[in-house]
Amino acid sequence: MARQIYEAIADGILVGGVYALMAVGLTLIFGVLDIINIAQGVLVILGAYLSYSLSTRAHIDLFVGLLITIPAMFVIGTAVHWLFIRRLRGGERTSMTLLVTYAVALIIEGILYAVYGPNYVELNASYVTSSVHLLGFYLPYIYIYGFILAVVLVVALYLLLYRSRFGRSVRATMQDETSARLVGIDVNRVSALTFGIGVAVTAVGGMVYGATSGGFNPNSGYDLISRLLAIIILGGLGSIGGALAASVFMLTLESLVDIWSPNWAIVVFYAALVLVLVIRPTGFLGRKAVRAQ
Amino acid sequence: MIGKDLLAKAGGLVLLAVAAIAFPYVFPNPLVTNYGVYAMIFVAVASAWNIFSGYSGYISLGNAVFFGSGAYAAGIACRDWKIQGDAIFALLPLAAAVGGAIAVPFGLIALRVRRHTFIVITIAVFFIFQLMAYNFAFTGGSTGVAAPFITWPAQTYNNPFYFMALATAAGTIAVSWLIRRSRFGLRLRAIRDDEDRARGLGVKPMRVKLSAFVISGAITGLAGAIWFYYLTQVQPPSGFDPLFDLTVVLMAFLGGFGTISGPVLGALIIEPGQLWLTAHYTNGYLAQILLGALFLVVVLFLPRGIIPTGGELITRLRTRGRPAVLPPAAAPRREQGTPAGSGGAR
Repeated sequence: MARQIYEAIADGILVGGVYALMAVGLTLIFGVLDIINIAQGVLVILGAYLSYSLSTRAHIDLFVGLLITIPAMFVIGTAVHWLFIRRLRGGERTSMTLLVTYAVALIIEGILYAVYGPNYVELNASYVTSSVHLLGFYLPYIYIYGFILAVVLVVALYLLLYRSRFGRSVRATMQDETSARLVGIDVNRVSALTFGIGVAVTAVGGMVYGATSGGFNPNSGYDLISRLLAIIILGGLGSIGGALAASVFMLTLESLVDIWSPNWAIVVFYAALVLVLVIRPTGFLGRKAVRAQ
Repeated sequence: MIGKDLLAKAGGLVLLAVAAIAFPYVFPNPLVTNYGVYAMIFVAVASAWNIFSGYSGYISLGNAVFFGSGAYAAGIACRDWKIQGDAIFALLPLAAAVGGAIAVPFGLIALRVRRHTFIVITIAVFFIFQLMAYNFAFTGGSTGVAAPFITWPAQTYNNPFYFMALATAAGTIAVSWLIRRSRFGLRLRAIRDDEDRARGLGVKPMRVKLSAFVISGAITGLAGAIWFYYLTQVQPPSGFDPLFDLTVVLMAFLGGFGTISGPVLGALIIEPGQLWLTAHYTNGYLAQILLGALFLVVVLFLPRGIIPTGGELITRLRTRGRPAVLPPAAAPRREQGTPAGSGGAR
């Protein structure tokens, strides 16, 4: 039993790291553009399918393939922003953008169905099937590699946001769009790039998800987006630190409940969200905490 | 002038009612009445969605919770209490009660937060319900629940369902109209415009929002039970369907968000269209892609919906380009979407 708990915690932290990466993209988009990108879940699946095509058709290694899929997802992200998000203005913008991204998700899902069909597929490589013996249990290498990559990318995002000129303009836009405009920041450009970066991380998230989730199909996006939404709301919308903490917390909680009953693990996941919000409607680290950073 | 307008409206309504009642007799083919049944069910649920979300401005993406719960409540009651034959329709009030009862705790939690967070909570609650339907024993797991067999003649099998759905739809429209005219409706719309100011003016937002949410939930639950009896089965992904949530929102937005006739018109356009597409293209992906594309077009180019935009157009034609009767500064929020799609003139 003790070892099971041990294993569940390790699993929760490792998978949580990958969810953190996807959630950071989502919360970053929210912080800058004030919109929730419902398409994030299906974009992760799109990223997974791109990796799948590259590895089965062109026999490119999953990690090497990221050099192609990350720029591809970045381009898709900026295109979605340019085509649809940019045009929305006015009072109902919040709900409108949510519906627009939901519609984008539907279209991408439909296209994925038409191209790949409804069957479950899985990403495969030598490091997906072979395991390392660690502290008394076996863990596939992909979990460790994926976690390391996610940590590296989250750190890179952090440095980009807090140590670069571009990052400073992103944070200025997050804090006050009008003032950012007044000091000469091209808010439209910042928004487009942020949306692109937020979507680009789904390439990595999708690859690791596709290799660790035990199979995915175009419909898997719904499961993902609802988890990601729960994570960023729990962490406090727009808070990057909150998204990290909430990912690890939720995934660890889920894998702990999973020991007792796999069926109820995901219900506990959402119930935790509802409970936290009853006590603290702004999540772990609400908007105020973001401003203070 | 106003009397003439009212007379025209009443005449139009009577004409519409006659047309709706005559529909299954004019087109007795079950393939055609099938469209009618689904269209009426969706007129009811889209109007019910609008009673809460359209008037209060809180967009709910979780109304499938009520729809599925109503369907499951009817199915489980039939199964466990061994109810068969026409008596199963006596359970419709139960389905409405279940929908309304679920809306109370759901609303008490979700309505504490606004905007994005509210929408996301409705999505989360929706997934909790779908997962519960999968996992509990009394919901039948992934096989779901089947409805008792009804021994009606095949040729006119659809007609009772059609009239039941029609009555529900008409009732919902009437409720929607009554609410819009009442002080309660005014409070709801005050919340939509500015919740904090409404609170300052003495509106109790939680009480008002929750009442509308419960009304919306009860109607949606009732419609869910009719849908279930008609389809004769419910499974977790069909009862709690994420596409249902989105379709209902799209119907309201297409016709006109927050108007009375908007959701009706939207449902009458989208539901038959969707049925036709799925009937003619066996893979549902095309229908899904088209639905998404239509959604994008509506939100980007017709964000206020057909009824308000069309109404303005008619007013402009009537007044021949002269400014409307009241100068904009003095005009109160324009009454959009009076029944039967009449222009916005008042």
